[in-house]
Amino acid sequence: MQRLNREQMARRVAQDIPEGAYVNLGIGLPTLVANFLPAEREIFLQSENGLLGMGPAPAPGAEDPDLINAGKQPVTLLPGGSFFHHADSFAMMRGGHIDICVLGAFQVSTRGDLANWHTGAPYAIPAVGGAMDLAIGAKRTFVMMELLTKTGESKLVDQCTYPITGMACVSRIYSDIAIFDIGPQGASVVEMAEGLTLDELRALTGVPLIAGAALQPG
Amino acid sequence: MIDKGVPTPAAAVAGIFHGASVMIGGFGTAGMPDQLIDALIDQGAGDLTIINNNAGNGETGLAALIAAGRVRKIICSFPRQSDSHHFDARYRAGDIELELVPQGNLAARIHAAGSGLGAIFTPTGFGTLLAEGKETREIDGKNYVLEYPIHADFALIKAEAADRWGNLVYRKTARNFGPIMAMAAKCTIAQVARIAPLGGIDPETIVTPGIFVQRIVHIASAAPSAAQAA
Repeated sequence: MQRLNREQMARRVAQDIPEGAYVNLGIGLPTLVANFLPAEREIFLQSENGLLGMGPAPAPGAEDPDLINAGKQPVTLLPGGSFFHHADSFAMMRGGHIDICVLGAFQVSTRGDLANWHTGAPYAIPAVGGAMDLAIGAKRTFVMMELLTKTGESKLVDQCTYPITGMACVSRIYSDIAIFDIGPQGASVVEMAEGLTLDELRALTGVPLIAGAALQPG
Repeated sequence: MIDKGVPTPAAAVAGIFHGASVMIGGFGTAGMPDQLIDALIDQGAGDLTIINNNAGNGETGLAALIAAGRVRKIICSFPRQSDSHHFDARYRAGDIELELVPQGNLAARIHAAGSGLGAIFTPTGFGTLLAEGKETREIDGKNYVLEYPIHADFALIKAEAADRWGNLVYRKTARNFGPIMAMAAKCTIAQVARIAPLGGIDPETIVTPGIFVQRIVHIASAAPSAAQAA
């Protein structure tokens, strides 16, 4: 089986972001997607701290402490970009104006519940930031994650064991091993790593999987 | 003649009392009104309830206020960061109460307070730990959580320019919570890098109208080279 590395996963997500889309890329792995957006497409990146039309990182020495992204890293603004306050920013999100949000995850359930904010460990200091708003606000929420934990447990699960971020909010999962569409009927497999069979994928995840249209024989 | 300008940061934070609720603008350090917070530390008020997105970064600003032991409770969305050690230590010692609020709900609740709304129904957080025990309602087939406004006695914010009537413009992503906190506090205090003459700010570009601002203090930008960068 040929797993995708992080850059290949980011490139695969970027392929599916169309011209003209308003997109929020979450902190961590999803941030990589920006590096692979096709140059011929105009795509609007929103950062929830208050900018639309976010550009790449500035050249060394040109950083501006007043121009940062949600991860508090210095960024640039593209011509045509704009600044706004937090109530407007989250109105863009919650109001359904953002087309696609790409988030990382600890776990996703087959009905689309997302857990990505808190491990629930008793001594951990909880922090949520915009995770709950991002999860439920966008028209489509993509999750980008390695399918298995370091110890081999599936992060696609029947029921999240970590505290959830949002209910039934994930529409698609891009992982290193397979891509899944998530809906009321459950998880259906859109693409798989080369050399992997559906039964092997079922064994890896331990959850019921539907064969997507592209996997149907004939 | 109305002039909301005060001569010093100390004059700007005069009257902030023991036990007050204080909104502090900023997302991380962008928009953090450091000089007003330093003046508040010198002024001595304690037992404060602080509303901010974070719980302090590094050693300055809100982190310094927390380190000085002045904060009883913090309402924020993202306290834990790589450089939030002052908050972490006080929280683990049980010295600070934390009310954790999703970032968009924090903004909406502050905005609701400034807009005179009694409450809001928000979809964010429904079915999660952060909505436990809260009233919910299904509206047009979608589930919402009832959340109450967040008011404050004072707001400390940072803007780029003001005129003597308190009209404000901001700079880049340092705007963040400034405009809505200005609406939600009884007394809003803005530190600004530049004072413009009345009429010197294009009325089409004013972000916060002066009705929401009670005091302004001029603080020359500490990093003018950065402030001029693109």
